[in-house]
Amino acid sequence: MALAKRIIPCLDVDAGRVVKGVNFVDIRDAGDPVEVARRYNQQGADEITFLDITASSDNRETMVHMVEQVAGEVFIPLTVGGGIRSVADVRRMLNAGADKVSINTAAVNDPNLVREAAEHFGNQCIVVAVDAKRGGQADSGTAWEVFTHGGRRKTGIDAVQWARRMAEYGAGEILLTSMDRDGTKSGFDLGLTRAVSDAVPVPVIASGGVGNLDHLVQGIVQGRADAVLAASIFHFGEYTIAEAKNRMAQHGITVRL
Amino acid sequence: MSAIAVVDYGMGNLHSVRRALEHVAPGRAIAVTQDPAVIREAERVVFPGQGAIGMCRSALEGYHLIPELERAAAEKPFFGMCLGPQFLMDFSEENGGVEGLGVFAGQVVRFPPEFSEDGVRLKIPHMGWNRVRQAMDHPLWQGIEQDAWFYFVHSYYLRPSGRESIAGTTEYGFQFTAALAHANVFAVQFHPEKSARDGLRLLQNFVAWNPD
Repeated sequence: MALAKRIIPCLDVDAGRVVKGVNFVDIRDAGDPVEVARRYNQQGADEITFLDITASSDNRETMVHMVEQVAGEVFIPLTVGGGIRSVADVRRMLNAGADKVSINTAAVNDPNLVREAAEHFGNQCIVVAVDAKRGGQADSGTAWEVFTHGGRRKTGIDAVQWARRMAEYGAGEILLTSMDRDGTKSGFDLGLTRAVSDAVPVPVIASGGVGNLDHLVQGIVQGRADAVLAASIFHFGEYTIAEAKNRMAQHGITVRL
Repeated sequence: MSAIAVVDYGMGNLHSVRRALEHVAPGRAIAVTQDPAVIREAERVVFPGQGAIGMCRSALEGYHLIPELERAAAEKPFFGMCLGPQFLMDFSEENGGVEGLGVFAGQVVRFPPEFSEDGVRLKIPHMGWNRVRQAMDHPLWQGIEQDAWFYFVHSYYLRPSGRESIAGTTEYGFQFTAALAHANVFAVQFHPEKSARDGLRLLQNFVAWNPD
């Protein structure tokens, strides 16, 4: 008996629709967030993360509405990220039915936002997303630098130290994405995952680079992540969540089956 | 009269709780309320909560809800979840020490700062899905298998003084109390509203529960 390692499918949402193609064989509307979330819930997803990729703030209302709809039908934890810039943004998403919000660029711009949001709503609902790249010119310490704006902007901040600081400020969880591996399907940056996971007292979600089920296993076993996040391997029906969990269980990892 | 009052004292997100109750009890009147009169008249009460217990106590005092909660916990079907059961204990060590309602004898204590299982450090909060071993037969466990999975998020845990009220246990480094039951009160450390089918079943069982 132990806490299960979690598998979290991540959906990109633009103007209230799931984008980057979800491709389940028997789904009626692959762009409908409710239907996709329901399907992942049936497959045994432990949580679902929605990433709002809408650039403009005009579509914020649409995102709020989408979260309301999903939360009324799918009763597992929901995380919403993308464009969260203020305590008011956090409140709106939580009131709409999100259980956690993920803060990335805004945390770098104003670290106190994380502290304020955690004090208002509790650490449990504040996830800090850290996008890290190997090399770079981090000011000190380890080999990874924090990037913002979807990996386009350098910050000079050391990723491991940043994760530790964010946990101190009240992040209940770190969503760690390797920008080197994201989209490559070559597996997590295990050195990065392990370094951050060992450095912070809160759970770490590994992200970026998953191309097959063994990568998920490696993220947990070698990277010591508490959860693994993936998008394309699930969306295109290459693997189901259940298959992923079975593979993890074969490797002695506790999963919720 | 509302069938079900969900106590809202401005802490945490109660919409998920309301939605889950609507899902399992379609057509029943559900009030998310800060009004003592609504709680008094309700047929049954759900007491959720998130965040820190010190703020919980001051918010409940601010809304003059404490006497009404004590009355409800003594009289009608009463369901506590997450922070709810912690506030039903005598005392929590969080926020420098906070007195609870004392419905259950015992304390609320923090997970140790450094603890591990099989050489791997355990993270705090205890966040995610874990199994609940049912420690008693109870109408609220009906239809839920032994060792079913529920979703937890907490840094403090329940430590009742006796074992007679323990309705369920969970392991995280060591065994702790995940559910408490006494007379018309049932309280769980986890989030049934986020625990998929088994969580909904638990809420459904509560809605149908008629303790003697």
